[in-house]
Amino acid sequence: MTLDLRLPMGLMFTIFGALLIGFGVISNNEIYSRSLGINVNLWWGLVLLTFGLLMLGLALRAARAAR
Amino acid sequence: MHQIQLGAIDYAILIVYFAFVLGIGWVLRRSVKSSEDFFLSGRSIPTWIAGLAFLSANLGAQEVIGMAASGAKYGMMTSHFYWVGAIPAMVFVGVFMMPFYYGSRARSVPEYLRLRFDEKTRGLNAITFATMTVLSSGISMYALAKLLELVLGWNFHTSVILSAIIVLVYIFLGGLTSAIYNEVLQFFLIVLGFLPLVLLGLKDVGGWSGLKEKLEPVAIGAGYEAGAWSHSWTHLGSASANPMGVEWFGMLMGLGFVLSFGYWCTDFLVIQRAMAAESMSAARRTPLVAAIPKMLFPALVILPGMIAIALHNSRGGLLPLGSDGMPNYNLAVPVLLAHYLPSGLLGLGLTALMASFMSGMAGNVTAFNAVWTYDIYQSYIRPGQSDKHYLRMGHVATVFGIVLSVAAAYATTRFNNIMDMLQLVFAFVNAPLFATFLLGMFWRRSTGHGAFFGLLIGTAAAAVHHGLTLPHDAVPGLKGGFLGTVLHTYPSEMAQNFWTAIVAWSVCFLATIVISLLTRRTKSDDELKGLVYALTPRVTDSEQVWYRRPAALGVVVLGLTLALNILFW
Repeated sequence: MTLDLRLPMGLMFTIFGALLIGFGVISNNEIYSRSLGINVNLWWGLVLLTFGLLMLGLALRAARAAR
Repeated sequence: MHQIQLGAIDYAILIVYFAFVLGIGWVLRRSVKSSEDFFLSGRSIPTWIAGLAFLSANLGAQEVIGMAASGAKYGMMTSHFYWVGAIPAMVFVGVFMMPFYYGSRARSVPEYLRLRFDEKTRGLNAITFATMTVLSSGISMYALAKLLELVLGWNFHTSVILSAIIVLVYIFLGGLTSAIYNEVLQFFLIVLGFLPLVLLGLKDVGGWSGLKEKLEPVAIGAGYEAGAWSHSWTHLGSASANPMGVEWFGMLMGLGFVLSFGYWCTDFLVIQRAMAAESMSAARRTPLVAAIPKMLFPALVILPGMIAIALHNSRGGLLPLGSDGMPNYNLAVPVLLAHYLPSGLLGLGLTALMASFMSGMAGNVTAFNAVWTYDIYQSYIRPGQSDKHYLRMGHVATVFGIVLSVAAAYATTRFNNIMDMLQLVFAFVNAPLFATFLLGMFWRRSTGHGAFFGLLIGTAAAAVHHGLTLPHDAVPGLKGGFLGTVLHTYPSEMAQNFWTAIVAWSVCFLATIVISLLTRRTKSDDELKGLVYALTPRVTDSEQVWYRRPAALGVVVLGLTLALNILFW
């Protein structure tokens, strides 16, 4: 295979996570009334960031092992 | 419903996603050198990727929107599409059928039929399959554009053209590998995009026990026992005791056996993903790896529908009403997205929704271009050309496959529940098909004439059964009864569809046996090696660790599925 899928996947979810965390920090708390008062952007952004970094880590480890 | 206003952050997420989808196609374009690279990924896909793509290719409009709609309309019984339908069929195809699909080196399901039976059986299957995939892809496109129009106020035509172009570009560049990679990306996006919705919804209704409590008035209001929306088996004793209008036998035979095995075991759309796997063992494990997330999918796609109807009932009119005065079940997911998710996560949820539609479309288009090029073009129109020629044809087929899908998208559907209509199409075409494969793989005496005429008779039987019966409360026409007299009235459309499938399968099974016995065999035992169970050396996989052995994995998957059935009995 010419491309390890975990690389773009990790990158995309890392970007999503960072975007959501950033927005969660700056956004007005009023918009969270519909999500039962929870700042879901911040929390779910952390989940996505963790998943993205995990995928990136796995891809990098595999690339290093191949070399 | 109120239209959703998207913020800059939502558009940012959507744009990042599209950039990655197209980027993957762009990077993979260099790996496409032969037609087998384009149509079968050069048979080099690792198990986990093939497995998730196997799952995701089917994860189109009918799954996300249709399953949530069924969850609202029928409740927990919808889980039968997974725990009785899909999972056992996926185990069967992995353990018993994949050795013949992968081992025969056939490049498509129709090509297997040519190797096993004859040219005309392949032709029939190739042409009906190609038509059906284009139709499904069109339905996906139509549903997506309609939804975006309603929810976001986007222009219908723009949505159709935009989604068509994106899918076109990434398949054109990278072929099946590109479609498979994007399907895996879409799988994770759908899981991670919908999970917060389900978690928030569950928290809001007071968890599973709170949901069950809120579903009781829904069931009682519809004239059933209090638990009818929250149990999967308890109310299957008779058709009048549950909203699906189906009894256990119709459910087990119609959905569990005929429809599900017909789909998961013979549909090239999913089989293609396994054929692209890197080895026989990887191909056999592909559906089994897919089965594990598949059995948890009800939480992601059915639960939102159940939450939506519970809230609709207890908090007054969450779902908009359709022209018939009933709630518009197809809007369950978009309404919940707008209800719970703030800007940010809303963008992620909508992106996941679009991803699910596009993975369904791309799956159909990749299956279409392989069947068109190998089984129709190479066989009947221009045989004996160079591989370069067929690779070029694959690119052309991708373009006109998409153009035909767009045309199908404009030929609108008349059913209010997409699932019901797809089931009808599957019942006519796919239900008899599984009888043909079963006899082909496990009975060496079945002949080409038997298979071909058995299929035709089975499909005709489906149409006749549909034409002579009618669901309760329906007028003769598209829904049945079009042959003049109505011999039987079913309690629901779903019951009618299940029984159409049962009739088609049984008639095809018997007709194939009778005709095979009356006609001469044209293939010797030697020619059938690798194609028929009794004539193929067993695949030995004893040296692998247990969890890599297909049979052991299959037992684990079935055990877990049984446990889920009992848990939600």
